[in-house]
Amino acid sequence: MSAAATLKTWTGAALAAPVFWLASIVNVPLKAWQRATGTGGMAAFFLAPNMAIFGIFVLVPLVINFFYSATSGTAYFLQDRTYVWLQQYQRLLDCGNYLDTATCREDLFWRAVHNTGLFVVVQVALMTVVSIVTALILNRAIVGRSFWRAVFFFPVLLSPVVTGLIWRWILQRQGLLNLIVHDLGGEPYNWLNDSFWAFTAAVSVSVWAHMGFYTLILLAGLQAIPRDLYEAAEMDGTKPARVFWRITLPLLMPNLLVVIVLALIRAVQIFDEVYVLTGGGPGTSTLYLTQYIYEIGFASLLRNPGLASAASILMGLVLVVLTLLQLQVGRRGERKGARE
Amino acid sequence: MTKTRTLLAALSVSLLASTSAFAGDVRIMWYSDGVEGDVIQDLLNRFQKDNPDIHVTLDNVAYKVIQEQLPIQLEAGQGPDIARVTNIKELAQHWLDLRPLLTDPKYWDDNFGDTLDWMRPDGSKAITGFMTQLTLTGGFANKTLFEQAGVALPGDKATWDDWINAAAQVAKSQQLPAAFAIDRSGHRISGANVSYGANYIGADGKPAKVDDGTKAFVGKLVDWTAKGLMLKDTWVSAAGSTYRAAADDFINAQIPFYYSGSWQVANLSTKIGDSFDWVATGSPCGTAGCSGVKGGAALVAIKYTKNPKDVAKVMEYLASESVVKEFSERTLFLPAHKGVIAKGGLKWGSADKNVGPALDKFVQAAGETLPAADALPPWKWANAYFAALVTRVSQVMAGELTLDAAWPKIDQDIADKVAEAK
Repeated sequence: MSAAATLKTWTGAALAAPVFWLASIVNVPLKAWQRATGTGGMAAFFLAPNMAIFGIFVLVPLVINFFYSATSGTAYFLQDRTYVWLQQYQRLLDCGNYLDTATCREDLFWRAVHNTGLFVVVQVALMTVVSIVTALILNRAIVGRSFWRAVFFFPVLLSPVVTGLIWRWILQRQGLLNLIVHDLGGEPYNWLNDSFWAFTAAVSVSVWAHMGFYTLILLAGLQAIPRDLYEAAEMDGTKPARVFWRITLPLLMPNLLVVIVLALIRAVQIFDEVYVLTGGGPGTSTLYLTQYIYEIGFASLLRNPGLASAASILMGLVLVVLTLLQLQVGRRGERKGARE
Repeated sequence: MTKTRTLLAALSVSLLASTSAFAGDVRIMWYSDGVEGDVIQDLLNRFQKDNPDIHVTLDNVAYKVIQEQLPIQLEAGQGPDIARVTNIKELAQHWLDLRPLLTDPKYWDDNFGDTLDWMRPDGSKAITGFMTQLTLTGGFANKTLFEQAGVALPGDKATWDDWINAAAQVAKSQQLPAAFAIDRSGHRISGANVSYGANYIGADGKPAKVDDGTKAFVGKLVDWTAKGLMLKDTWVSAAGSTYRAAADDFINAQIPFYYSGSWQVANLSTKIGDSFDWVATGSPCGTAGCSGVKGGAALVAIKYTKNPKDVAKVMEYLASESVVKEFSERTLFLPAHKGVIAKGGLKWGSADKNVGPALDKFVQAAGETLPAADALPPWKWANAYFAALVTRVSQVMAGELTLDAAWPKIDQDIADKVAEAK
């Protein structure tokens, strides 16, 4: 054995020694635990840390949130708050006409609901179309395919705050876009002060930021479609559009459904990048539900934790429905996969 | 055995070390508008040299943290030992009564007596802190832009209309995006509202409904925004009661007239340098007067501190006459200390020729505030009123509400806040 190989072996052994030592110590109670509880007990043991974290940071706050939504007052300790039971929900749902926010007791809540609804419809539709088109392009044998895949995925890695700031610097009155417009001889425009353009920016930026993730899911689906189907279609002289509608889209449907449901859930929760980009403005035209809850719960001088909790419970119910939909879609996909 | 002994010894030493450090720890949550963070750190360094048993940590945070996170920490019985705050009255139940801990409470009563009531619960005689600065809302004009446009600066008793018309001429001549801007804050527009006869406080001390005075000025403000005279970005580009300053637009010479307050003097001086000349204008006049709103930032002790004696010692040092004088001179803040004011002779720490006259102008304008404005700083519901105004008026500016629809919503928002606080 050469000196280098000997050194490598010794180094490996030296590094592994503490691990083996630690494993031998842990092994004793673990073996005892397995003897006492069986393999089911071992599963519980390994799940326990995760479940503890889930319980502390999700389950307990969720239960506490229910109690907060049934109270009123400005104090933050539950024992200092007054129980009003469903009064906060009544206040939120008190509306002459749900389609006309001006008739609602909490008009800002309903404005946020309307804005979120519109955002979800437009953003999810655009996200799905853009992700499919991108996935189709990236699935072709184009030059620098790996590079382009990385490029489209890169925004997913950015912090939403960074994303919001970058686009704010581009779109604000004295931003990059207006500099270009000015240099081309055009009239600079206050994009973020116009409700149409602010909404368009919010949708576009969130699509830009997240499409890489959905493209990846669709790309995986595209690569799972058997090549022989395309070869058969080519031999039959089928037009590309027909190939897409008759082969690609039906076989991509399980992945597409997952993408739509995930994008839906994420769109309902939209907050950070839009908050940094537009601050909910102009006026309240990009005020979405999560920002409303944040504002009324923490940020505003008119803060009302009970009302914010009730609004978050209502939003949570919508997310539960969407999550159940996602589970249903997932199970249907699994069943279909098993049949095939 | 040796190993166990070593381990125990190490544990004891570390425990002792941590306990002794903890006993003298004083944390200050501090925000800065200008250079005051550096100044207070310098003053604290001197204090620590003379008091090695007390370790003061200055946490410099954004104003947003003071506004949004500190109240939640306080409600949970947490927070720093001392904080610099502007939401002084509403959170007064969380401040520590320093009176029994101070060596000379009379010194505090004598020198800070006028403002002590701003930072304690109604009816209390507690000493909870002191104002690090007195502020007054007021305007600033870009003198160079006015001169370049050949427009004379409106005089002392000029109205809001006079100022906006003059600024509009400058903006047109110099091809600026707008004539003026006011910080996105209910506090900033309240002086103007009062100047048009507004009174926020009802006979019972609770918030009154929006009156004709408020409607008069806010109506003008909305109209100026619709005409593009007021920089739309500041008020329209956010939802809710989010605070937005327009100082950067003034500093970048994008607007010839800016309405904010005396605390901006150091900021403007530092950032504008000799790029252009600027002047403080005081508050333009309305039909009832030419009022700004007084206020300021207070340094208060928090009652959840574990080291009240050390906190009192730090507060006594920072409130001492020589320290207050030096702090004011170096930060260009108006002092709240009666002794410092009475002795006069403050040597403003700035070579900027714009600074001295600006501060003098604010001192002069402080004598012109109306009683309805003077009643606001110690009033519990002032912030609720300010927040409701900002939220709804910016909706009107964005075209989401009419002014007529906004008034009952402002009243409702304030009434909800009052009801919620019961």
